[in-house]
Amino acid sequence: MTSGAAMLGRARRVASSLRWYVRGVVGEDAYDRYVAHLRATHPDAPIPTEREFWREKYAEQERNPKTRCC
Amino acid sequence: MSVDADAHLIRTDPDRPPVAVEEPRRPSGKAKLVTAVLAAIAALGWAMIAVARGEHISSVWIVLAAVGTYLVAFRLYAKFIERKILRPRDTRATPAEEFDNGKDFMPTDRRVLFGHHFAAISGAGPLVGPVLAAQMGYLPGTLWIIFGVVFAGAVQDYMVLHLSIRRRGRSLAQMARDELGFVGGWAAILGILSIMIILIAVLGVVMIGAMAESPWAVYSIALTVPIALFMGVYLRFLRPGKISEVSIIGVALLLFAIVSGRWVSESDWGAAMFTLDKPTLALWLAAYGFAASVLPVWLLLAPRDYLSTFMKVGTIIVLALGILVVRPELQMPALTQFGRDGTGPAFAGQLFPFLFITIACGAISGFHALISSGTTPKLIEKERQARLIGYGGMLTESFVAIMALVTATIIDQHVYFAMNAPAGVTGGTPASAAQYTNGLGLVGTGGTPLPPVDPSVYSTAAAEVGEKTIISRTGGAPTLAFGMSEVMHRVPLLSILDKAFWYHFAVLFEALFILTTIDAGTRVARFMFSDAIGNIPGLTRFKDPSWRVGAWLCSALVVVGWGSILYMGVTDPLGGINMLFPLFGIANQLLACIALCVVFAVVVKQGLLRWAWIPGVPLVLLLTVTMTASWQKIFSADPKLGYWTLHTKAQEALAAGKTTFSTAKNPAEIEAVIRNTAVQGTLSIVFAALVLLVFLATLAVVVRAIRAGGLPTSEEPDVPSHIFAPAGFVPTPVEKEALVEWRSAGLDPVPAGRTHG
Repeated sequence: MTSGAAMLGRARRVASSLRWYVRGVVGEDAYDRYVAHLRATHPDAPIPTEREFWREKYAEQERNPKTRCC
Repeated sequence: MSVDADAHLIRTDPDRPPVAVEEPRRPSGKAKLVTAVLAAIAALGWAMIAVARGEHISSVWIVLAAVGTYLVAFRLYAKFIERKILRPRDTRATPAEEFDNGKDFMPTDRRVLFGHHFAAISGAGPLVGPVLAAQMGYLPGTLWIIFGVVFAGAVQDYMVLHLSIRRRGRSLAQMARDELGFVGGWAAILGILSIMIILIAVLGVVMIGAMAESPWAVYSIALTVPIALFMGVYLRFLRPGKISEVSIIGVALLLFAIVSGRWVSESDWGAAMFTLDKPTLALWLAAYGFAASVLPVWLLLAPRDYLSTFMKVGTIIVLALGILVVRPELQMPALTQFGRDGTGPAFAGQLFPFLFITIACGAISGFHALISSGTTPKLIEKERQARLIGYGGMLTESFVAIMALVTATIIDQHVYFAMNAPAGVTGGTPASAAQYTNGLGLVGTGGTPLPPVDPSVYSTAAAEVGEKTIISRTGGAPTLAFGMSEVMHRVPLLSILDKAFWYHFAVLFEALFILTTIDAGTRVARFMFSDAIGNIPGLTRFKDPSWRVGAWLCSALVVVGWGSILYMGVTDPLGGINMLFPLFGIANQLLACIALCVVFAVVVKQGLLRWAWIPGVPLVLLLTVTMTASWQKIFSADPKLGYWTLHTKAQEALAAGKTTFSTAKNPAEIEAVIRNTAVQGTLSIVFAALVLLVFLATLAVVVRAIRAGGLPTSEEPDVPSHIFAPAGFVPTPVEKEALVEWRSAGLDPVPAGRTHG
């Protein structure tokens, strides 16, 4: 492997780590994680579409508001 | 693998890889060396702060002292608390693992959770308090922020988090009811509710201080509402779940809002449309708060939250780098005359107790106990991670406060005092403000008197940041924005944008925080309120959250609650911030007292009397501070301090037929003073009484526990854990060993889809 390709590989890994981190902190990975959870623990349960999942998630926030600090 | 090493790996199932590790009792040579280097950095910072009294003092020393002290405390004191009191066991499943539902309960990577927790605890509080406290000089604030967080704030966050992990993620209010009994529990709930109302109101006053008479700020902040609505619709109908994507679009639109604000404010129609006075803004803010709390979450609250998270984390990182690159010199002396005699214009009162009240968030914030309980415990993978998330997260928040302090103390002192003194004393014009600040007898960091300034200094400074005036822009937010613009426009690359851009960028960034707190706080307070009155026979229907009429009614009541205090604050003839900010600080610190009471009671119940001083010291300190401050606010004969003395004096003045009183200029304003002081005085009494009630309930529990030689707590029984994750950011050698075992068994240490790197 040339050093240029190695650099590119490293840059890609850094970018993918950054993307993983940002998605995690803002909660963007919620759907992927929920699907993984369903597949692992309830393989027979129907999997909601991403649209349904987010609707339900915001409905849940409506019922249980979370505070933000000052 | 040797038998010896294997003894450090603990299993709950003999056929599966380890779920916990036992670290060696003695730290390795390398760990000791790292601690020693960090201690040396802290010592260098402190030594420079202690000896440097010349005319040129770099702000870098404060940053070094802070970061060095934080890291040493994290490695030593937090570890000590872990060993002696909390004794976390990773063999025990956390609520996240036990009740994993893939949604609100879900083991989450510790590094992600750290960011998540920090985003939830940080807000406008740590940015505002240190700015106001800067009137006493840089030293008192620096000492309290750094040592306060190490021995009080981070201890509270860490211990509350641990307690909630052991109690299925229950909230602070529930834990107070479980541990302190009926009276203590109810006093805590009422305390939390009333404290939230005052917090929202005071944050509103802070925000309006930056928006009043500033068409640029009003325009750009108003634009955040349609931007958030657009983001909400985008996420709902166009691309569900694409949060980063829509947030980047949102931030770009925000930057456009700031840039276009200049054109709008310079145009005749823009200036006419967006120049609003404080009372009008207060009404708009209350109307906004009501709308935000009854509109669907997806439409306004959730997208605004994404926007504010991005702005928050981004700006804090940029500001930290900016301070390190620019290394600005301090302008404020270590201790000003106001630090000695307590006559400062930003807030009244002696260093003790009012410094400890003014800087609440950043040193210790009771509000964090609401986040540390309830949300984070449902996401944490392992008990031992609580030190990183709870203690470490709060250290990061404290660092934000240190940056705010640096930002305020690098501003020219004349400008600082002209901005932070109420209009009643500065007179509001450059000439009168120059007369005021020239008469203060300001001295530089080395003790030499500062030369008097020409009034043009203030008009030039205002023009540079694109404002009509910078005089009496109280509340802390404009000062912080001014300081940030000083730093940012000197950073290479960022300097292509001028001071006016950075000033309005900072104002918008603070406003976003505050609006998010107002949205979420109103909603939470509404739920607490409807839940509380739902207990009254005949009103049980209020407990049903889907009953729209009840929701609207309770929202309206909550908004009227904080809205009226907000209106009172912005129309206060004596200056809303210096009258109300002490109440905000007292309220937040009293919430911390409630949290520490719960922690203290649990520690004594567990029979750990010997280590009860760990939560006991901050509890006693805060009780002393808040009770002294409340006492002075209620009983002091000095009208600058005591609400009721001021109340009586104003009544006498009115009865004697006087038309002016202090800075009140007509009989109507004197009546406002009488009304406002009555409200402020009553609130002081209510807060102090509720917390004393909680404290007495705690003492009763503690006495019973000591007599009985310990009492059961509401801790839930152990459930064995089946997952594994390291405790800190970087796995230790023993943890790496455990991870290798998981990998060679072909298993994921945490459930699938959650690992990375």
